[in-house]
Amino acid sequence: MTSLILKRIGIGMITALAVSIIIFFGTKILPGDAAQIRLGQEATEANMAAMRERMGLDKSYVMQYVTWLGNFLSGNLGISLASDVPITDLIADRYQNTVYVSVLTSIVAVPVSLALGILAAMFPGSYYDRILTLVSVTLVAAPEFFTATLLVLLFVFALDLGNAVVVGSPDGKGLFSMYAHFALPIATLSFVIASQLIRMSRAAVLNVMSSPYIEMAILKGVPRRRIILRHALLNAIGPIVNVVALNLAYLVTGVVVVEVYFGYPGLATLIVQGVQTRDFVLVQGLGMIFCLTYVILMLAADVASFASNPRLRHPK
Amino acid sequence: MPKDTQANDVIFEAKDLVISAESEDGSELQIVKSVNFQVKRGEVVALIGESGSGKTTISLSALGYCKPGLKFAGGQAILLGEDVTGKTTDELRPARGENVAYLAQSAAATFNPSIRINEQVTEAPVLHGTKTQAEANAKALELYKALELPDPENIGSRYPHQVSGGQLQRLMAAMALCGDPDLLVLDEPTTALDVTTQIEVLKAFKSVIQDQGAAAIYVTHDLAVVAQIADHIVVLYNGEVKEAGPVDTIINAPAHPYTKRLMAAIRPLPEAGQGEISSDEHLRDDAALEVSNIDAGYGTGSGGKPNVMVLRDINVAIERGKTVGIIGESGCGKSTLARVMAGLLPACDGEIRLDGQVLHPQLEKRTREQLRKVQFVYQMAETALNPHQRIRDILGRPVEFYRGLKGAKKRARVEELLRLVELPTQFADRFPHELSGGQKQRVNLARALAAEPEVVLCDEVTSALDTIVGANVIDLLTRLQKETGVSFVFISHDLSTVASFADEIVVLYAGRVAEQGETDKVLTPPFHPYTRLLVSSVPEPRIGWLEGAIQSQEAQAGIAGAVELTDVGCPFFARCPQSVAGKCDLVAPPRMRVGTGHTIECHLEPGALM
Repeated sequence: MTSLILKRIGIGMITALAVSIIIFFGTKILPGDAAQIRLGQEATEANMAAMRERMGLDKSYVMQYVTWLGNFLSGNLGISLASDVPITDLIADRYQNTVYVSVLTSIVAVPVSLALGILAAMFPGSYYDRILTLVSVTLVAAPEFFTATLLVLLFVFALDLGNAVVVGSPDGKGLFSMYAHFALPIATLSFVIASQLIRMSRAAVLNVMSSPYIEMAILKGVPRRRIILRHALLNAIGPIVNVVALNLAYLVTGVVVVEVYFGYPGLATLIVQGVQTRDFVLVQGLGMIFCLTYVILMLAADVASFASNPRLRHPK
Repeated sequence: MPKDTQANDVIFEAKDLVISAESEDGSELQIVKSVNFQVKRGEVVALIGESGSGKTTISLSALGYCKPGLKFAGGQAILLGEDVTGKTTDELRPARGENVAYLAQSAAATFNPSIRINEQVTEAPVLHGTKTQAEANAKALELYKALELPDPENIGSRYPHQVSGGQLQRLMAAMALCGDPDLLVLDEPTTALDVTTQIEVLKAFKSVIQDQGAAAIYVTHDLAVVAQIADHIVVLYNGEVKEAGPVDTIINAPAHPYTKRLMAAIRPLPEAGQGEISSDEHLRDDAALEVSNIDAGYGTGSGGKPNVMVLRDINVAIERGKTVGIIGESGCGKSTLARVMAGLLPACDGEIRLDGQVLHPQLEKRTREQLRKVQFVYQMAETALNPHQRIRDILGRPVEFYRGLKGAKKRARVEELLRLVELPTQFADRFPHELSGGQKQRVNLARALAAEPEVVLCDEVTSALDTIVGANVIDLLTRLQKETGVSFVFISHDLSTVASFADEIVVLYAGRVAEQGETDKVLTPPFHPYTRLLVSSVPEPRIGWLEGAIQSQEAQAGIAGAVELTDVGCPFFARCPQSVAGKCDLVAPPRMRVGTGHTIECHLEPGALM
């Protein structure tokens, strides 16, 4: 199993390297000159040349890439073209919100939706299962801003509970007041990821439930609870952890609509701003961070599913 | 068995039992039609019939269980005096695993891969509170010993994938017996096993059933197996009882035509000199496909050699219009050899010739014409046929690819192929799932024939089929060979099927040819000790055969050891009753010519192998 994990880590590193090449050269293809963006339209030829040299833009693309990757690995993400401050500072202002929201969301949404999905698999075809399927399919189909709008209409306008946007800083707040602070974005995101998690965990468990060894357990007189929890769940871990990991990655990288809607600055909004202001350096740095988030989460999911497989854990 | 037993000794009784399936349009179809039979204490009652006869469905009624989509529609299934047909799962829970236990066909699928064996074996009695965990463990250990499992103290702490198929089958018996049930339901428990392993398992079942004083319902399609283990036989066809009675009556004097057909479908091994006799002056250069000195294996190790060697030094010539049978236990390399011939697995050494021309070992490097001439028929028709294509498209594709036929000509050829495999031409518009297992296997065969091949590689094509359906497929193959002159490579672990059909037999053991030659020569002395074991392991439909086979020294060798290709010595050494220590385990056996085209790989003189 160790060799499998090492192999998987190797594949992860190759993936990250390939993505870094795509990100770097992809941003190079875009129109615009970094030196010019930095200096503005009015800059003279001489100033531009000096700035190019200072930024290393006069070197070959390959050299620039190697320098950039080396800097990234040592934690230096470069200077923002748009605002002239280090990228790390820009990220430092924003990452807190993203981390708070994604961690708080996953603490609630992951266990609750897995429990709901598994419960649906225990009673397939029941009213509970049908209603849950209806709700989760509807939520999968609904775009985030629609869900967010419904929540705002309900909680802010109808019930008059709090604000429609996130107000103030979360600094120094406890767990509960943190949930209150980010209540609406957390609720929106929970609905979005819950629907997928519910459907996938239900399908994974149901798939296992049609195995001959489950029929055998029924014929041995094993109670339904134990069949699910002891016999079925162990064999459904692999697909479930993969869906969980994909959804956690989404929480870090894909929540731009929710951030904009509720007006709190996070990493997803930052990369959109980077694109708008043609801040290539910012886009490159954040792109790599998002890529690493995916790679690490998927790696963790694979290790978890390897570990849940006795064939890999205890080879012959 | 005493016939005048008290009524309370009846463990299970089916009374006018009706089980029906609900189809999608809401109509009901009776799968089991008013079936009656009794199982008394100490008795083994066999339910025999082909798939679709309702035998499994009836046997499961003893546990009050219907497969999803089925339901009890009338009559009673009385277990220990109580009707179980109307009970809920919760009401049935105490009885299941305690009063009645179930053994399924495939132990490999029946054990949960993620839970250690001992927990699964002891689960039922511990959950039902009839034994403490310690008592159940002690009982399990006793059963492991009784079932002659290796390392009984520790085998329970392994996971299912860590033991062999035959061991798992016996472990499933331990699982069923751990709760001391009154009734065992055995559903084809030996069908998936090699003949040599089947003997061991049958022997273990029989002694354990006797020692425990339990009763059993034994479901099978194999009359030869039934003769060894059952006291009473119930012959089923299409959900109805056709004939029922004591085992000796049914075996020796079957009355119903269907029972007679079942008996006739058993192919006994040909007596000496009665096998297919091919012409003596056969010309080696007339081979359609010839493999010489083939070595092959999986994975790539150092020096370009495979990590795991599966085949070593194989020489087979398949003559035009003839059939070569390849037999051996699972894991001996039979399917690998077919894959090498087809080019799916390139051999690492040796040569394959088609019509005298050297074939490239790799599939991609062969010409379309070469591909056309060698076709493959897979064991599982279910998985080999695309479920989303109609039969017309499944057969039309190779017709178009290899013969370039289109439109009306293609349609005509597809219909011709269906007629060739004795299927109605209307089947062209059906999907595979609308066909029965035997029909699917015919389509599978027609798909190979669509290419108008010279050699067809048949990998266990009848193993998943019932006796009668399998026998019909063999008859079809024989007819096709006469009509089209095609050559077959017929791979099977079932010696009697191969013997009835092949002109030449290759006996593989652990990737080496143990014995090779014309069918009647291989099946008569002198025998390679392994061939002798195989021949003596084929069950005969004769009461008392099992007892005789157990006594013989061949069966002693049946205790399956590891079948591995060894670098030194004879791979069969550990199981061979005639092995000579210091020689057989150290020196690779020489290849002896004992007759025209008949070779045996053994250290012993032909005289010692008579």
